[in-house]
Amino acid sequence: MSWVFLRDLLSGVNKYSTGIGRIWVAVVFLFRLLLYVAAAENIWKHEHDEFECNIKQPGCENVCFDHFFPVSHIRFWALQLIMVSTPSLLVIFHVAYRENREKHHNQKLYKNPGKIDGGLLCTYLISLILKTGLEIFFLVLFYKLYNGFKIPHLVKCDIKPCPSTVDCYISKPTEKMIFLCFLVATSCLCIVLNLSELSYLMFKYSIKCYLKRHVQKQQ
Amino acid sequence: MDWGALHTILGGVNKHSTSIGKIWLTVLFIFRIMILVVAAERVWGDEQDDFVCNTLQPGCRNVCYDHFFPISHIRLWALQLIFVSTPALLVAMHVAYRRHEKKRQFRKGDQKCEFKDIEEIRKQRFRIEGSLWWTYTSSIFFRLVFEAVFMYAFYFMYDGFRMPRLMKCSAWPCPNTVDCFVSRPTEKTVFTIFMIAVSSICILLNVAELCYLLAKFFLRRSKNAGNSKQQPNHENKEETKQNEMNELISDSCQNTVIGFTS
Repeated sequence: MSWVFLRDLLSGVNKYSTGIGRIWVAVVFLFRLLLYVAAAENIWKHEHDEFECNIKQPGCENVCFDHFFPVSHIRFWALQLIMVSTPSLLVIFHVAYRENREKHHNQKLYKNPGKIDGGLLCTYLISLILKTGLEIFFLVLFYKLYNGFKIPHLVKCDIKPCPSTVDCYISKPTEKMIFLCFLVATSCLCIVLNLSELSYLMFKYSIKCYLKRHVQKQQ
Repeated sequence: MDWGALHTILGGVNKHSTSIGKIWLTVLFIFRIMILVVAAERVWGDEQDDFVCNTLQPGCRNVCYDHFFPISHIRLWALQLIFVSTPALLVAMHVAYRRHEKKRQFRKGDQKCEFKDIEEIRKQRFRIEGSLWWTYTSSIFFRLVFEAVFMYAFYFMYDGFRMPRLMKCSAWPCPNTVDCFVSRPTEKTVFTIFMIAVSSICILLNVAELCYLLAKFFLRRSKNAGNSKQQPNHENKEETKQNEMNELISDSCQNTVIGFTS
C-alpha cells in the first residue's frame, strides 16, 4: 500500500481521458511520481541528520531545522501529487454510474459510457479546473513558505535555545535545488497541459453546439 | 500482511455498500492510509533519535521521551485505522454466510432458488435490507464509536493536537528540570491536524450514511404499510421512478477501476 495505489488510479483515469489528458497522466507518472520515488526521496532522506549548526548547544539544531523547514519539501510534494491526482476520481465515478445505469435498465442508454459528452463533460471540466487550481495553490504555498524557489547553502538562526546567531548548513543544497527546479517545471507543464485540455474541450463542444443549432435552424 | 491485505478485504465489502460508504472507503484509503504510509511515517521516523535533551545524564533522554510519548502518534493512527476498518468485516461475514446459504439451496436443487449457476451466486450483489441492514447499520455505529474514542484518546494523551517544540522534563534520573527538544514539531503538527481533519470528515460521512439508512428503513416501512392498505398490485409510476433513482444513486460507483471489486 503505497504509491502503487496512485499508479493504479492514474492508469484507470487514462482510459477516459482525451489525448492531452493521456499526456498529462504520462507526465505525472514518469516525471513526477517515478522521479519522486526513485530519486527525490533519497536526497531528502537524511535531511535532519545532516543539518548541522555551528554550535554544541543541545536543542539548537532541532529548533533551527524546524524553523526553516516547517514542512519538508518532500512531504509537500507527496501531498501535492496525491491531491492533484484525486479530482480524476470524479470522472471514474461518473463513468461507473453510467455503466451501472445501463446495466440496471438492461439496454444501451449511451453510445459509449466513457465518451466525454453531456454530464460527463461537465464532470471532466470540473476535474480539470480542480486539478489546475490545486497545482497553482501548492506552487503559491511553496513559494510563500520557503520565500521563493531556492535552497540556500547556509541559514542564520537565532531562536532560543541558540545563545546567539548561529550558522546552520543544509545538506546537498545544489542537488536539492536541481530537483526542486525540475519538479516545479513539471508542475508548470501540468498546469499548461490542463489549461490547453480545458480550452480544447470547450472549443470542441462549443463548435459542436453551434453546428447543431445551425443545422436545426436550416431544417 | 500489510495495508495491501486490508485493501483486498475491504474492497470486497465495497460492492455491497451504499454510495456514501464507497466515498468513505476512498477517503480512508487515499487520505488516511496512503498519507500515513507515504508521508507521515517518514516524519515520525527519527522521532526518538532526534529527541534531544539539554543534559549529558545517561538515561534521562530515554525516560523523558517515554514520559512525553507513551505511544507514538503513528502507531496510534495505525491502530485507529485497523479498528475503524474492522466493523466492515461483519458485513463481509454476513454476505459470505448468505452466499453459502444460497449455494447450499442451489446444490440441493431447490425450486425457489433463482440462480442458474454458482458463478452468479458468487457475483451477486445483496441489497441492504432485512438482517443485512441491521449488520450494516451496527458496523457503521461501531465505526463511529471507534473513531470518536481514538480522537478523544489522542486529545487526552497529548493535551491537544499541537506538538510543542520544547518540553520540560524532571523525571528521574534527570538531575533537575531539563529542556528537551522534539524533532520537526511544526511538520508533525501539520500532519496531526490533517489526520484529525480527515478523521472528522470520515465521522461526518458515517453519520450521513447512518441517517440515510434510517431514512430508507422508515420510508420502506411506511410504503409497505401504505401498500397493504391499497390494492395489492397497484403500482404508482412516480414511486417506481423515485425508487429507481434511489437505487441508481445507491448502486453507483459499483465497478470503479480502483480495484474495489471482489
